[in-house]
Parts: sequence; structure tokens; C-alpha cells
Amino acid sequence: MASHPENATKYVANDERMHWHDKALWFVREKRDKAAHGIPEWEQLRDYASTIKTHTMNKLDFYLEEFERNATAKGITVHWAKDAVEHNEIVHKLLKAKKVKKLVKSKSMLTEECHLNPYLEQRGIEVIDTDLGERIVQLRNEPPSHIVLPAIHLTKMDVSDTFHEHLGTEKGNDDPTYLTRAARASLREDFLTAEAGLTGVNFAIAETGGVVVCTNEGNADMGASLPKLHIASMGMEKIIPRLKDLSVFTRLLARSATGQAITSYTSHFHQPIEGGEMHIIIVDNKRAEFLANEKYRQALNCIRCGACMNTCPIYRRSGGHSYEHVIPGPIGSTIAAFKEPEKHNSLPFACTLCGSCTNVCPAKIDLDSQLYNHRQDLAEAGYLPKSKMLSMKVMTYVFNRPKLLDFAGFMARKIVPKLPKSLIYNKFNVWGKTRDLPEFPEHSFKELYTKMKKDERDKDDK
Amino acid sequence: MTSRDLILGKIKKNNIVPKADLPEYDNFGITYEDKFEQFAQTIQTVGGDAISTTKEELDVVIRSLYNEEKIIVSNVAESKLGNFIANDEEDAHNLKDIDLAIVKGQFAVAENGAVWLKNNDNRHRSLYFIAQNIVIVVKKSDILNNMHEAYRQISFEDSGYGVFVSGPSKTADIEQSLVIGAHGPKSGYVIFID
Repeated sequence: MASHPENATKYVANDERMHWHDKALWFVREKRDKAAHGIPEWEQLRDYASTIKTHTMNKLDFYLEEFERNATAKGITVHWAKDAVEHNEIVHKLLKAKKVKKLVKSKSMLTEECHLNPYLEQRGIEVIDTDLGERIVQLRNEPPSHIVLPAIHLTKMDVSDTFHEHLGTEKGNDDPTYLTRAARASLREDFLTAEAGLTGVNFAIAETGGVVVCTNEGNADMGASLPKLHIASMGMEKIIPRLKDLSVFTRLLARSATGQAITSYTSHFHQPIEGGEMHIIIVDNKRAEFLANEKYRQALNCIRCGACMNTCPIYRRSGGHSYEHVIPGPIGSTIAAFKEPEKHNSLPFACTLCGSCTNVCPAKIDLDSQLYNHRQDLAEAGYLPKSKMLSMKVMTYVFNRPKLLDFAGFMARKIVPKLPKSLIYNKFNVWGKTRDLPEFPEHSFKELYTKMKKDERDKDDK
Repeated sequence: MTSRDLILGKIKKNNIVPKADLPEYDNFGITYEDKFEQFAQTIQTVGGDAISTTKEELDVVIRSLYNEEKIIVSNVAESKLGNFIANDEEDAHNLKDIDLAIVKGQFAVAENGAVWLKNNDNRHRSLYFIAQNIVIVVKKSDILNNMHEAYRQISFEDSGYGVFVSGPSKTADIEQSLVIGAHGPKSGYVIFID
């Protein structure tokens, strides 16, 4: 596993692609702005979303039990999985009982988090990701690089090459309509021959015991309305109390995600199809821990719109794969560093603390504060690289001694401008790799301030 | 201990999330002077279209849009174009060759161009997705302003399936280029009648 700076260095080496990626995401961010500005009560909606989520998390056990009761009454079977392994085992057991050989899956970040595909493939079950973007990355044997736009890192020529290899499309034909039609034809066969469909869950309604899935392509519905077995996997934070609370979230989700007023399909599943079975798996996998932590608890309020990624200057320029985490960008960084600091400790530093993520988040999650807090917590827990730890120690020592600081500043102003470049931009100066030092002023602020005060006094004396 | 008890126990144990009161949404949300106009504008941006006509003219309008389509399902009383009865099919897979589905929408939402479909008498929910093209018929008087009004009209006391549909299926997964017709219908119209 490489750190974010290591991966990002490789990513930005291709200057043209970096700028192309940056622009593609900024385009989506601008569409989001336009959609949000079209709703006068937008800020009130964000407040409502935040309040509903806080209310729900405070009573999460109550709402999960209510959900289970109501879903069961509607003929849906509810399962509980404490971790990824248990989730995968439940899915496999359900598929095995029905002798399923092919599973069509719609977008589910949770099954990515649980690494469900390899688990099932190792047990002889073919898994077809049916969201176009996810299908593209699946054929390329890559993880998604964005939670809403899984193939945003690829150009249409990349897709053309992939489809030429796997679906037999014309070499060099990169017309998006042509490529989409080819995928449609191929996946339609999969929908018609699969024995089971698995969907994610955008919202689970405690009051009614049903789940809501939002897609543009119609793939979740094809997968959940043809085969006799529908499995829905949900992180336990997806619960909302009342059906009418969906009015807030359906207004926020697509506008925040892609700038659409609503997704093409917002499907409310409250029973199996005729003669079929519907199962819902509620997954914890270290979610409960967030509830006990004041600094990071709001991370559970995320509705997975991806707005924080689209706006993040680091995400846009380093690409989703640089994060090496199932969810990249600001929300992914805070979740990853909280759940597995030993693996993902570089992510909270992939942030300029500009706060743009917090400003666009439809659930008003304090993302920038969380990333800032992580830096302290990671340092305290000893997860910073040695060079950073050492320089922090030196800085702490100097900053605690005003006289020493004055002296160090004085020396730096006098000496550094005279040093040869090769000495300043040595390999220990990571910061200076792609940046120049600012021009050193002749006097420090303290000197200027003292002089100004003295001049004022002299003037008054006269 | 079951995983269920383990998870619920963990949630209860250290939950420090503060209490908060749920909001109410009465008289909340954007409203429009001309709801049809707003609906039509919005649905056009997502590759669909809205048409206003009369009961009597409904089939003429549909035929002007789709005159080549052969296998047609209609569950709308005002349209006589149906020649395939989806409800007679035991297996949802048999709906795969439907060229056009003409279905009833309960109401339309002006703010986002969505129509609510929940037809308890429709045997196969796959009809809305498997058909190559879809026409949704809604009464002119049934256009609501926003989603807060919409959810007041919806209930799931019984079981069932319901879906908001906004335009035909689409994707922009290849370099952000909008392509109409992903896995669901390749075109979609909402026709309003008196």
C-alpha cells in the first residue's frame, strides 16, 4: 500500500490527464451549484437533512428494530452482519440455496467495502456489475475511482479499448452512444439470464420497512424485478425514520451529486416480486464506533452523493485511485482514517483545509474539521512519518521559545537568500519539490510592529 | 450472542449523538404558477418530454410518436393501443420484447419532472424498465409542486412497489456525455389528459 502523496505524484506526472480530470469534476460541481441555486429553500433543506440524520443516529437502535419489524411484516427477510465477512457469507448462503450461478449487481459501495465480488467468484458465482461505469471498471479489473461516477478517471478512448477487448466493439470507435448501446445489449442478456439481483440501498425507511434505491440507468430495477431473488445490502446508517423524510433527501441527493433535479428512477421496494424472495442485510462493519466519537460521529450522516469529491481541489487533481480506499475524497479520507488509521494515515493530509467540502455537503457534515482533527489524533497515535514527527518536534521547541524564534527568523532572513539553490532544495525539503520559497522580507513582522509603535510614540512626543 | 444483539448492543452502549427533533414539512417548498410548464421544462433537460392533450386524442398522439412499435402494453383505460397483456404472463422475462409500455402515473412533480408510478393492478414491475419505450399518462389536475407535497400522497401501509420516474433511462458514465437509453427505456414521454 502506497501513501496518497506517492500515488498522487504518479497521477500528476501526466499533466494533461490531470487537468482533464480536474475539469471533468469541476463541470459536475458547477452543475450542482446551478441545481442548488434553483431551490430558494436549499439551505433549509440541508439543515433538515442534518437534523434528521442527527435525530436518527441518536435513536439508531430503535429505528433499526422498527425497520426490521415492518420489513418482516411485508414478507422481507432481514439479516444482520457485524462485519464484511459475515455479510459475504450471508449473500453466499442465499445464492447457494437457490443454486444461483449468475448474479447481477447494481451500484453498491458497501459490497465494494466488503470485497463481495472476489468472495463470490472464488466460490464459482459469476458477478456482473450492471451500472455502466462499474461495468467498465470491472472489465478493466480496477476499483471505481468515484462513488457516483465510477469511471470518471477514464477517457472515452480508454472505454473504447476496453469494450473492443471484452465486448467486441469496433476498434477506435469512441462514440459514447455507440459504446453505451453495446453495453446495453450485453447487459440485457445478463439481466435476462441471472438468477439473482443484488442492489445497494440509498435509504431504508423505518416507518414502512422498505428500501429506496436511486439510479439513472434503471439497472437496479432490471436486476431486482426479473430474477426471483433480490438481495439488498445496506450500511446500518442508511435508515431514516419516516417516509416523508425522503422528501428532503430525494431533493438533495441528485442535485448534490450530478446537478440533476432527481435521478431517473427512485424505486421504493416494499415486497418481493411475485413468487420471489427479498432479503435485506444490515451491516455494521465498524459503523457503531462512530456513534461514540464526538469528533467523527457526523461521518455517518453521509448520503453518498459525492459532492465533496467533485469540489475537492486535491481529489480533482489526484484522482480517486490515489486514495486506495473504497470511498475516496474528503468523506472517504475521514472514514478511512477513523476505521483503519494504520493503513490510511496519509489521507487526512490530502487536504488543503479549504472547507469547500463542508460547504457543499447536503448533510452538513463537518468534513474539514474532521480532517483537521485526524491530523492531531494521528500524530498522537504515532502514525506520522518520522521526518514529519521530527520537524514538528523541532518546531514545537522553537515556537515555545520566543527569543530563539526571533533569532532563527533573523538568521533565516539573512542567510537563506544567499544560499545556493542546490542546498535549499535538497531531498529533505519535500515541500520545495514543486514549490519555490517565498522571497524573504528584510524585517520580521515583530520588528516592523515595534518600529511602527516607536515611530508613533516619537510623533506623539513631538 | 447473535450479530443482531451484538450490533444493537454496540449502538446502545456508547452512543453520544445528541437528541434532535424531526422537522415537519407542511407548507414547505418551492411552488410554481404554471406547474405544467415547469414540469415540461424540467423533463426536457433529462431527455424526456411532456405533452398536453385530451382523452379522445390520446392514441393519436401516441401513434404520432411511436408508429413503428409492434408489441404494445397499455394499462391505461383511455388508450386502446395495447395488443399484449403483460398481466397474463406468468414469468416477467416474457415481457422482454415489449416495444412500448403505456402506463398510468398517479401524479407528476413540477420541481423535478418526476412521475409517481404505483399500480397495484400491474403484475410485473419490470414492465416499466424492460419495455424499449414508455409513455406515462397522468391527469392534468394531478401535478404537484414539490416532493414534500408528493410524499403526502404516498403510502406503503400495504406492501408493494412504487417508483418515481423522471424521463427515460440514461447514463453519463462515459466521459460525462449524456446518453439517453441505458438499461431501461430508450425514450419516455409524459402525456397529460383532462
